[in-house]
Formats: sequence, structure tokens, C-alpha cells
Amino acid sequence: MIGQLKFRGASILQKTLIIIFQIMLISYAILIFYPLLNMIISSFKTSREIFKTPYAMPEKWLFSNYVEVWGEGGFGRYFFNSIYVTGISIGIVLLLGSMAAFGICRYDYKLSTFIYLAFLAGIMLPLKAAIIPLFMLVRNLGLMDNPLALILIFTAMSMPSTVFILTGFMKTIPHDLEDSGRIDGANEWMVYRQIIMPLTAPSIALVTIYNAVPVWNDFFFPLVFIQSNKLKTLPLGMSVFFGQYQISWHLLFASLSIAILPMLILYLFLSKYFIKGMTAGALK
Amino acid sequence: MKKTKHQSLWITFFVLPGLLIVLVFIVAPLFMSMYNSMFSWKSIARDQFVGMENFHKIFNQYPYKDRFFNAMGNNIQWFLSTMLIQNSLGILFGYLLYKKIAGSAVYQRVFFIPVLFSIVAVGFLWSLYMNPNMGIINRFLKDVGLQSWTRAWLGDEALATPSIIAVNIWRWVGFPTLVFYAGFNAVPEEVVEASYLDGIGEGRLFTHIMIPLIMPSIMVITVLTLIGSLNVFEQIYTMAGLEGGPYYSTDTLGTLFYRTAFGAVDSGLPEVGIGSAIAVVIYVLTFFFSALSIISFKGKEVEL
Repeated sequence: MIGQLKFRGASILQKTLIIIFQIMLISYAILIFYPLLNMIISSFKTSREIFKTPYAMPEKWLFSNYVEVWGEGGFGRYFFNSIYVTGISIGIVLLLGSMAAFGICRYDYKLSTFIYLAFLAGIMLPLKAAIIPLFMLVRNLGLMDNPLALILIFTAMSMPSTVFILTGFMKTIPHDLEDSGRIDGANEWMVYRQIIMPLTAPSIALVTIYNAVPVWNDFFFPLVFIQSNKLKTLPLGMSVFFGQYQISWHLLFASLSIAILPMLILYLFLSKYFIKGMTAGALK
Repeated sequence: MKKTKHQSLWITFFVLPGLLIVLVFIVAPLFMSMYNSMFSWKSIARDQFVGMENFHKIFNQYPYKDRFFNAMGNNIQWFLSTMLIQNSLGILFGYLLYKKIAGSAVYQRVFFIPVLFSIVAVGFLWSLYMNPNMGIINRFLKDVGLQSWTRAWLGDEALATPSIIAVNIWRWVGFPTLVFYAGFNAVPEEVVEASYLDGIGEGRLFTHIMIPLIMPSIMVITVLTLIGSLNVFEQIYTMAGLEGGPYYSTDTLGTLFYRTAFGAVDSGLPEVGIGSAIAVVIYVLTFFFSALSIISFKGKEVEL
């Protein structure tokens, strides 16, 4: 490609600039990595060691910190609650969102633009600001302290971007395919299920990643709707844990590692898709 | 294909469930907030219609007025510093990645890592690091002989907001970097090539050609930064507490709104009318500024 920054053959001025830029980039990379590395290392130490030798490796690697946080700290339960709520929400979003996208863009009718805009209205709305009516709605439905409240709200929260991205993708699929399916006697559900959905698979992956991250990490809605300890999700459970264990720094670091490591590991495997998904989603 | 009654039923079947969820959980609450903001409340039951009085209180009456403008000021500080520091870094990093500077694939991935973490975890992690006595930041400053630079990062009224914003920038830089990287890549190669043939320097290519051409990305980032700044909540909650401590110095519309709505702090009682009015202000600001930035950037897009 034209105009690549190559060190070799550059003028002195350009070389100086490249070195300055590299120093900036490397510093920033360290600024990102070091705190995470320090967090993981500290999570294997005793509190005393964390203060005495903050930069050193642990004298003895204490896996017991993790055992304690996972069991007594309740992180095992919070972790599975998060998986449960995120999994079901994203499952419903993918089903209803792809059905809606299909219904909006594969048929020719006047209302379709209006319906599309109704879905899109949610993209810019700060849902947190609607918490008072949501709170009353959930209370009237008798869903306080019930994971179903979270599932419904997370579904709603993810629906606009899902419909947006999937509609954009489905538009590009040629109509001939489904028409030939109809001639062969397929009904509309079969057209959706057996012709359009398999072709939409790549953008389904994108939508899953794009929506699962904010849902998995959400703190605000569990804070409002969940009271009992056994139903808390990971971010909410962590905040309770932090209030109770302010002195036990080794446990705090272990709990942070449990909260952050799954995403880090997932990212190491899927970084290509994460990056692609985030750019595509943000640019449209 | 001609639409039949049979097909209308199918369309309804496909669209309705999703639409219902959005209408019930996003659109209706928006209108309910507006309605609620015009009532006085007894605990969590609507009492009397009071029109604009709740809004009047926010803007004119102690203590609402002081809290509101203080929080608003912090939100503005969030927006400005994010635009200035985070998004400028994002443009620079995005451009360097686009230029394929050595190691760009690694940088791209590393910078994006913290974006995936929960704000709560990031907030707690840094509040441990920023602890005045035991945190690693002050410890490091002491160890390298900068004893006089050590601070109570989150305990000092003047420093608390900048410290929290710095953590937030740490978390987010990878996002604008990626968006701008994609934006630069979308610039047609012929344009760049032609500019080089005309003998344009690297600096002028960046400021006169590339920046105007990525205006759509800049607009997207501006709007997202705006919405993000108006919605700051978790960062404050985890690093400074619900009161936006110390002494409301880190308070934002988000924390103020939550306190007012659920009565966690100030008076101990929920003030739903005032809270709804604050929510409506947040809505209006979001819409107004989003629309404004979309319109003002519209003329600056370069047609190709």
C-alpha cells in the first residue's frame, strides 16, 4: 500500500517521528498490560506481600485465594447467574431480532420504514434514564428480584442494534433465492429458517459479540432489580464483595481477575471477530 | 411480489414480538418519564399535576439547582476531556495503524482489550491502585523518588474527577482507535495516490485530505462520546460512591438522577417527580446534541 510508514529509507526527520510514535504506542501498550499483569500476579499473593513487594512475583502461588472467592465469596454463583441471564437474553434477541429484520426488509409494504424507525429509536435513547417507569413496570408485573426482569430489559436494550445490523445484511441477499424456495412450496417460516438464516450466519456472529459484551458487563439494571444474593450477576456481586472485603486485598485482586479473565481469554481466541464486529457495528 | 392477506399475517408474526418488547421497554418508558415529570409524588405514587414545577425546581431551587449545575459541569468536563484526549489519541493511533507502523496488528489488539471489561471491574481495579496509602501508583512514585507527587487521587476534590476520567480514557482508547482506523481504510486509495502525485507532504495529507474524508467517523465518535458523557454512572459509583464524593465533586447527572429517583442519599426519600424531570433533561440534551452534531457535520462530509 502507498504511504506506509517504513523506517528504512526514511529521512532523519521521519525517522525521529517514527521513533517518537513508537515510544508512544509502546508506552500505551504497557499502560494497558501492566495493570492487568499486576492484578493477576497480586491475586496469588497474601495481602502482606502485595504491600511489601508490589512488583515481585509471589513467593508461593496461592490458588487458595481463588477457591475462597469462588466459593465463600459467591463468585461461582454470580458467574453462572451472568451466563444464564446473558445466554437467554442473547438467544431471544437473536431469534426475535432476526425475525423482525426478516419481516422488515424481505417484504414490500408501506409500514416497513415506520416499523424500522421504531426499532432504531432505541439506539440513541439512554435506557438508564427510563429507570423510574421501568422500575414501576417491573414491579407491576411482579418481576422484582426475578432474573426474567433483567432478561426482558437486556433483550429490549439489544434489539435496536440487532435489527439494524441484520436488516442491513439481509438486504444484500438476492430475492431469487427465496422466490425459488416459495415455488418449491416452502412457507414463509421455512423461507426465513432454511434459506435466509443460514445465509445470515456471519452477521449473527457479529451481533452476538456486539451485544453480549454490554449485557454481560451491565451493572445498572441488576443493581435496581435484583436484591437477593443468590440471584446477583457478576458485576453486581463484585460490588457487594468490595463493600465487605475492603481489607483483604488478595481476595479483591482474585475477584477482579475472575471478573476480567474470561473476557481476556475469550478475546485472545476471538480478537479478529471482536475487532471486525466492533468496527462494522460502529461505522454503520 | 404482490402482498396478500396471508402475507400480512406472516409479517405480523415476524415483526410483532420484537416490536412489542421495544415499545414496552424502551419507547413507553420514555413517554412515561415525561408524564411523571409533571406530577408531584407521594413516595412512589403520583399525587398532583404540577406542570413544569419540577423543572423549575431543578433550575432554580436549593439544593436541586446547586446539585444539578454541579453535576452538569462534571458531565461537560467528561465530554471535553474525552473529546480532547481520548479521541485525539484515537485519531493518531488509528492513523498510525492505517499507515502500518511496525507492530500495528499487535497494538490494535492490545488497545482494544480494556473495552471488553466491565466498567465496575475496571473502576474497582483502579481504585485499588489509586489508594493513597497502599495503592501501587503512590508506591511507584515514592520508589522512583517523586515522593512530592503522591496524592490522595480519589480523596482530593480537585483531583477526583480528572482521576476517574483518566481511568475511563484508559479503558476506552481502543474504541475510537478502531473506528478511525476503519475510517482511514475506507478512504479510496486513488485519492491518496493522487495527493502524493501532486507532491503533498505527509502532514498536509493528514490535515487537509484524510481528516476531512473521515468526517463521518468523527461524527459517529462525537455523538457516542456525547451520549456516553451524559450517561456516566458506574465509573462514579465504583470509584467515588453514589454521592459523587468527596463532597459531590465527582457527581454527574447519572448519579444525581439515581439518588433522586431512589432516595439513596440526600433526603433519604425517593423524589420521583424531580428524578423524572432530570431524566427528561438527559433525554432532551441527548437528542438535541446528537441532532446538532449530525446536522453540523452533514455539510462537512466530502462527496466523492
